[in-house]
Amino acid sequence: MATTIKLNGVDRTVDVDSDTPLLWVLRDVLGMTGTKFGCGMALCGACTVHVDGVATRSCITPIDGIGTSEITTIEAIGATAAGAKIQKAWLDQEVVQCGYCQSGQIMSASALLASNPHPTDSNIDDAMSGNICRCGTYVRIREAIKQAAQSSGKGG
Amino acid sequence: MMLDQIASRPGDLDESESGLSRRTFLQSGAAAGGGLLLSLSLPFATGDAEAAEGFAPDAFIRIGSDGQIVLTMPYVEMGQGTYTSIPMLIAEELEVDLTQVRLEHAPPNEKLYGNPLLGGIQATGNSNAVRAAWQPLRQAGATARTMLVAAAAKRWNVDPASCRAQSGEVLHPPTGRSAKYGDLAADAARMTVPKNVALKRPEDFKLIGTPAKRLDVSGKVNGTAVYGIDVRPPGVKIATLAQSPVFGGRVKNLDDAAAKAVKGVRQIVRLDDAVAVVADHMGAAKKGLAALAIEWDNGPHAKLDTLAIAAELEKATLNPGAVAQTIGDTDKAMASAVTKVEATYQVPFLAHATMEPMNCTVHVRKDSCEIWVGSQAMAWVQAAAAKTAGLPLDKVTVHNHLIGGGFGRRLEADGVTRAVQIAKHVDGPVKVVWTREEDIQHDMYRPYWLDRLSAGLDAKGMPVAWNNRFAGSSVLARWAPPFFNNGLDPDTTEAAIDLVYALPNMHVEYVRVEPPGIPTAFWRSVGPSHNVFVTESFMDELAAAAKQDPVAYRLALLDKSPRAKAVLALAAKKAGWGQPLPERIGRGVSLQFVFATYMAQVAEVEVAKDGAVRVRRVVCAVDCGTVVNPDTVRAQIQSAVMFGITAALYGKITLKDGRVEQTNFDSYQILRMNEAPAVDVHIVQSSEPPGGMGEAGTSAIVPAVTNAIFAATGKRLRQLPVDTAALKQPV
Repeated sequence: MATTIKLNGVDRTVDVDSDTPLLWVLRDVLGMTGTKFGCGMALCGACTVHVDGVATRSCITPIDGIGTSEITTIEAIGATAAGAKIQKAWLDQEVVQCGYCQSGQIMSASALLASNPHPTDSNIDDAMSGNICRCGTYVRIREAIKQAAQSSGKGG
Repeated sequence: MMLDQIASRPGDLDESESGLSRRTFLQSGAAAGGGLLLSLSLPFATGDAEAAEGFAPDAFIRIGSDGQIVLTMPYVEMGQGTYTSIPMLIAEELEVDLTQVRLEHAPPNEKLYGNPLLGGIQATGNSNAVRAAWQPLRQAGATARTMLVAAAAKRWNVDPASCRAQSGEVLHPPTGRSAKYGDLAADAARMTVPKNVALKRPEDFKLIGTPAKRLDVSGKVNGTAVYGIDVRPPGVKIATLAQSPVFGGRVKNLDDAAAKAVKGVRQIVRLDDAVAVVADHMGAAKKGLAALAIEWDNGPHAKLDTLAIAAELEKATLNPGAVAQTIGDTDKAMASAVTKVEATYQVPFLAHATMEPMNCTVHVRKDSCEIWVGSQAMAWVQAAAAKTAGLPLDKVTVHNHLIGGGFGRRLEADGVTRAVQIAKHVDGPVKVVWTREEDIQHDMYRPYWLDRLSAGLDAKGMPVAWNNRFAGSSVLARWAPPFFNNGLDPDTTEAAIDLVYALPNMHVEYVRVEPPGIPTAFWRSVGPSHNVFVTESFMDELAAAAKQDPVAYRLALLDKSPRAKAVLALAAKKAGWGQPLPERIGRGVSLQFVFATYMAQVAEVEVAKDGAVRVRRVVCAVDCGTVVNPDTVRAQIQSAVMFGITAALYGKITLKDGRVEQTNFDSYQILRMNEAPAVDVHIVQSSEPPGGMGEAGTSAIVPAVTNAIFAATGKRLRQLPVDTAALKQPV
């Protein structure tokens, strides 16, 4: 069944079963491999994208449930103010190790920052604990989010 | 430590300070397209590499006429920062900015790219990339620089000694002349290769020891980095698979009608012990997999059970094993001991659970095979593919990619073998992606080990006898059989022997017992992941039996090990050791010398009334010799600590009825952001050769945590992971 989704500002039409998770449409059908597969059960956050700005696990999001919502992926997050700040902070703080989970981490962090320009440690825990990093870069992720929040300026 | 000992055995490899430099040699020539090609050959895998390979290098520097410096990397990047630290070694001596160096993956070729500290196997592991490259790559950089200077001096008809190199240029200060490396490369290629070029003195280092920005990260924050799982050769199909849930089982019956009816499913591949669904995309492949009706013949391991395996190991420790180390006479010393302490420890099977699930892309053609994968052991990938495809080695092309977590899992080629088995039935390229459940249930596991220890203390409480006999799998006996000799291998025993402490009488034995059917493999910090937990927990027990402070007790045994003593004292000081803590919060310490690095950690741990454990803070002091990139050292320790806490608190693979019970991140938990402690790293300045950094932090944190739990609750934990039920506060 042909389904049209709005992806990074562009309409894309794909012909897959309606219950196909968005993750596989992105990676295998559209060739956008920046969004990663980690668990398939929304347990690790590697597949995180934004659906209308909300951090969403694409591995359990069926394509037919998206409707007219706007999807943003790691490939386009740098075009948002929060995403650009997060990416810069990630590089400044040397967060990344193997890097595989970092697309999802950045998507969760940029959704947090967009909705809460000055998150507390507790806000960071709440927003980021769904994203596993096997390299254990958590200490630096926390610092990077704080740096990005600083650069958001007063009042955000 | 570990394998270096083997690599430097008499008759195996000439040894110098680095273990390499005497047989390192350099050759030069014109690079394709003009420029200087400097080959650096490290003939260790075979004795005749020099004669046989001529120009083909181990690692080579290529300086193009455009000034671009290309380094072929024999080590793979899996997050440990090697793509930054290795180029730093060359750039330091070559006098170029780090940003001028470009990296290429080395192709599989064991003769050329074999790792000297892994006995010539082309692999990245054992925390030894910097250790292996330390001397030869600096020498390569210095030699190239000397030739570039000589070329400039000849052109200007001046004394080379009056020239100097700086930021990719040769300068002649007396006349103000300068020439870029790119301009000089072709001339330099015609110069004689100088011998015995002097390396910089540590005080002259500009890059080494400074925090360099990583070179591999920009693509990792915007989705453009390509891991093995991201490759998309034209026409590629996606496959996923179900392997026999019981190790050694086979497919008995298969009904694939419903799977074939799933939209996007193209083909079902039935193997002896697995079934794969080939589809247009992973969504269809997974849906197809769920629709398969597979009946398995479970085979001989249908009743396999972790408890039975532990019982076998316990029995094995009742009989003598291979003697790994003997100092003095423990029987005699034990007879005169005032106090005796005995304990049995055990550690579970562990999965690697790399964030990038196992995957491999294969295109089998009539007379060739092409592989795309992220691997720690490229030459083995090629060999496994060739064997499975029935092709000669040179008909197998391997493209290596970034690795979404290695930790030892990608030192194995089982996933490649499986992918080629499937690809042989598929027309065109196929990417075989394991589900997370397959990844956890068909891992090759960190072995289960069981240790029986006893010690005798004198009237002052100090140890006069130390006995340790342990049983479990030898990974190295399978992975590299020549390393397994007289019932021993250097990995399994690392940190069980050669302790930093002065023990007058010590006896250590190892009994090799392979668990039936269960594949075992290296896992971050390998042998020490087990041995440091055991020895440092037991040392803590001895301090407790002697009613002494755990840090003071250890310090008293370290007079002959000043570097160990220094890191322990530093960690204790920085952690505020001895300062009072609230109820049910404790500090625990550990000390180790592994991968040629000294490390002490202090963990501060809180145990809730319900037994829940939270690591609040970790302080680490490290002496890893000369530091190449201090930020990488900090990052690796932060990383390794989280990895170790995961193992201490949650890590456990168990089997029941032959099946692994854990399936995904709900039943195989990984430490998360809300549980991650602050990690303070203190680096001891040193001019000793570099030690390994990728793994040491993992082995050190585990006993620091359990010793802290003892301090907080009085409960001694001798089995991992932590049993929180045992830590509940009595009402």
